[in-house]
Amino acid sequence: MKHISITVNGDQHELLVEANWTLLETLRDHLRLTGTKEGCSNGNCGACTVMVNGRTANSCLVLAAEMDGNEITTIEGIASQGKLNPVQEAFIKDGALQCGFCTPGFIISATALLQRNPDPSEEEIRTRLAGNLCRCTGYDKIVMAVEDAAAMLRT
Amino acid sequence: MPDFDFAQPTSLNEALELFAADGEVRALVGGTDIVDQLKTGRRNADMVVDLKRIPELQRLEIEADGLHIGAARSLTDIAEFPVVLSDYKGLADSSVLVGSWQIQNRAGIGGNVCNAAPSGDTIPALLSHETSAIVASSSGRREIALSDFFAGPGQTVLQKDEILVELVLPPIPDDSASSYLRFIPRNEMDIAVVGAGSFLHLGSDGAVQKARIALASVAPTPVRARAAEGVLEGNVLSDELIETAAVAAVEAATPISDVRGSAEYRRELVKVLTRRTLGISRDRIVG
Repeated sequence: MKHISITVNGDQHELLVEANWTLLETLRDHLRLTGTKEGCSNGNCGACTVMVNGRTANSCLVLAAEMDGNEITTIEGIASQGKLNPVQEAFIKDGALQCGFCTPGFIISATALLQRNPDPSEEEIRTRLAGNLCRCTGYDKIVMAVEDAAAMLRT
Repeated sequence: MPDFDFAQPTSLNEALELFAADGEVRALVGGTDIVDQLKTGRRNADMVVDLKRIPELQRLEIEADGLHIGAARSLTDIAEFPVVLSDYKGLADSSVLVGSWQIQNRAGIGGNVCNAAPSGDTIPALLSHETSAIVASSSGRREIALSDFFAGPGQTVLQKDEILVELVLPPIPDDSASSYLRFIPRNEMDIAVVGAGSFLHLGSDGAVQKARIALASVAPTPVRARAAEGVLEGNVLSDELIETAAVAAVEAATPISDVRGSAEYRRELVKVLTRRTLGISRDRIVG
């Protein structure tokens, strides 16, 4: 086992992890943060997207052992003090989900995008979200929600 | 995933000692290829060595002899580096085509190179810039032209105890530019059916001083299209010359037929993409 010290959604955790545990299984099975979903397990679908030091990553392709000293943000850490973040609000308002399985990953990716560019074009939204797959919505409502969240953030 | 040991060295020497040990020692930078390969049994490991915390492998800077990129540096960092955006545009083009944003944030360029996929998107861009690979083992260092680095699909000339430390892209002259593009049947998130990168340097008389063309997904390794380069060099660049070079580029292609496309289709794509990458590189010089 390897000892790692990580910050998840602002909380410090000291963990003993096996070398072959992914960050995804560590978050879900050991920290019980089950908002991050397991989809394809090979980096295609983006359901497991989290932020590592502010950048998005597929947590299914990250080893927990790599993470010592890193800051991780999951969907559970996106709202602050009981208040949804604008991306979450916009997803609800625009109905940008159906089954909801892909939604945590989309919200993480969209939040990362808006932190980097508060006024992205539709093309940039679609490109930056290409690593998140949704089999229900056809994407239009998701793109619309990200545009609305961007507008909320700018006002 | 199978069991393996894990190490996270913070110096190159420490890492090289680990690679000198017996057993299957695997390098990990972004992990976006190797973790999936370990999960599915396509590669195995007794030990996985995370190289990201070795400062030398995170270099990204310009020196007198060119652009130095540490093997662990992420594709996102490379694609956003001002000198890459101004002088090594083919590399910027290709870095944002590898997987998704999530993948580019983690994946190191050394991983894309050492994974040695015939379709590796950054490789034609690096080949067109005549990149050198700096390789180290506990017995010393050597420099390998990237064009001599690949041995087959998933295979490089790296010895068991060697690590790719960095890539060096020579300085570019005025009136030169590079580009990379690929064909996929979707908009994003796919593996190149064919990829083509080019570098062009034009003289004041409009003649091509140097041309470098490299192709992905048309042979067991990424390849230079040397016959096409020969067509261009010494001649005044024109649409007709580009077309002749595009036809000549097909000579370098020995494609297979697979789920992504037939060999015949790929040969046709080589022509089309070579024409386009040369056109983009020319337009970037002219501005």
